[in-house]
Amino acid sequence: MIRVLEPGLFTTVQDLGREGFGPLGVSASGVADAVSLRVGNRLVGNGEDAAGLEMTLLGGTFLFPEGAVVALGGSDFGATLDGEAVELWTSFEARPGQTLRLGPTRSGARCYLCVRGGIAVKPFLGSASTHILSGLGGHEGRALRKGDVLEIGAWKGPEVGGSIRRGRVSAQALEKLAPRKSLRVTAGPQSDWFSEEAQRAFYESTFRVAEESNRMGIRLEGASLKADGGRKEETGGSACSTGGGEMISEGVALGAVQVPESGMPIILFVEQQTTGGYPKIANVISADFHSLGQLRPRDEIRFERVEMETARGLLREQEELLASPELVVG
Amino acid sequence: MIASDQTLIVYFDPPMEEGRAEARHLQNRSALRAHEQVRKLLVLLQDEPVPGIRNLHPAYGSVLVKFDAMRLRHEEVEEILRGYLARMDSVALPEPRVVEIPVCYGGGFGADLNDVAALHGITAEQAIELHSETTYLVYFLGFVSGFAYLGELPEELVTPRLATPRRQVPRGSVGIAGNQTGVYPFATPGGWRLIGRTPIPMVRAESEELSLLAIGDRVRFTPISAERFALVERAWQ
Repeated sequence: MIRVLEPGLFTTVQDLGREGFGPLGVSASGVADAVSLRVGNRLVGNGEDAAGLEMTLLGGTFLFPEGAVVALGGSDFGATLDGEAVELWTSFEARPGQTLRLGPTRSGARCYLCVRGGIAVKPFLGSASTHILSGLGGHEGRALRKGDVLEIGAWKGPEVGGSIRRGRVSAQALEKLAPRKSLRVTAGPQSDWFSEEAQRAFYESTFRVAEESNRMGIRLEGASLKADGGRKEETGGSACSTGGGEMISEGVALGAVQVPESGMPIILFVEQQTTGGYPKIANVISADFHSLGQLRPRDEIRFERVEMETARGLLREQEELLASPELVVG
Repeated sequence: MIASDQTLIVYFDPPMEEGRAEARHLQNRSALRAHEQVRKLLVLLQDEPVPGIRNLHPAYGSVLVKFDAMRLRHEEVEEILRGYLARMDSVALPEPRVVEIPVCYGGGFGADLNDVAALHGITAEQAIELHSETTYLVYFLGFVSGFAYLGELPEELVTPRLATPRRQVPRGSVGIAGNQTGVYPFATPGGWRLIGRTPIPMVRAESEELSLLAIGDRVRFTPISAERFALVERAWQ
């Protein structure tokens, strides 16, 4: 059991999300920084997809009346256990009655709390993830509040690759998995709608993460990237056009960089809409999705174009590292 | 067409023509054909799932296919899909369901109804009649869980969306934008013009289907009074 003494700014129950419900307009949702949750789960001996707590910018205070094996991953929120500093990326035991307190972030946007056994909530469409906009999944479909009580799941022994002893993540692995501010992208399905000038502005300038960014989308400020409409400009004559200078709505991918009429790009994130009517200039590569989850308002980022083969190679490398026995050292 | 390192999009869209009025009817028919193709591909992929394909995002005339990039490459997915596309003619689509949605139009339920009527030089009653006398097709669900894009509005009601979206649209609001109409399943931000509201939930977390509407359904809106709205709303609580 976990008692929420303070919820923090915005803390939700998340796992790796729910795939397969796109035809119902339900996006996968799930953890914003999947690498941190997966590694945190390994540290406490869970399967990678166990549910944990995702804290945003300011962490909460949690009491463990019955104790728990805990690990924190992601950004450093200055955690203490009964006043004693606890390290990130290291499993530790909270004894019955101990309190874990987290503060404001000292690095990126999100910190993850994983417990042995995982957070137990009633799954919605097969996942424990909270989907905030629709108020479904997670703990009562919402962010945690003061006084909430969360159940910890039964631990069925170590999963493959999970450790049962105290462990920490190797420094070398952490360096390789460190979130990036230079995001690697592949071309988007409407890249050729954008003039050479807009393309240059996209790849050569710096963008700032806007305050109103959230789990649905990361809004950017910087050079305006107006699409000239190119070869497929919507004229309003076809069935169900959306009007204006938009295109016909189509399915959109996680990490798509869409450019609405304002010219300010938006990166579609985990609680994304499943379809959209704006042209996409690029798409963040899968190996950099976790970096998106650590972006804070006012962070400055750049985009770096890579070929599809490079994107595949980087994902493979990351997955091999996450699966390797050397990830966690004793 | 490749969309990202783990997705590709299959387009059935007819080639765009210039928006001449006389081409409209023809385009409408080819758009409906494209939509039929979308549904057939969806039926095939749901009946015979491909290991490694993780999600599908259908839209008016396209399907985004998301796959496990550790198991499949774009070329492999493309080849598998080509096989499915070759068999599309043999897919029989089920008879569409017709779903009735009760709506209380205007007043506090549809704040933009009078503006919409005024824009078209008709009365609010005429706008209600036009909206509720049409049978709509569910093109797809998107935007948020359970939000159905319904087409098409009668020509006399085609209205651009609001210049500035509302920060919060009440749950159940019935809106119109361009030649589409739809119901907001949750209180969300939204830029569609609101003409009414339904008391029935569009998303039912406890039901197996989750969403009241599914792609391919036919929808009709039935006007109800404010008293009836209150009654039905209470019955659902």
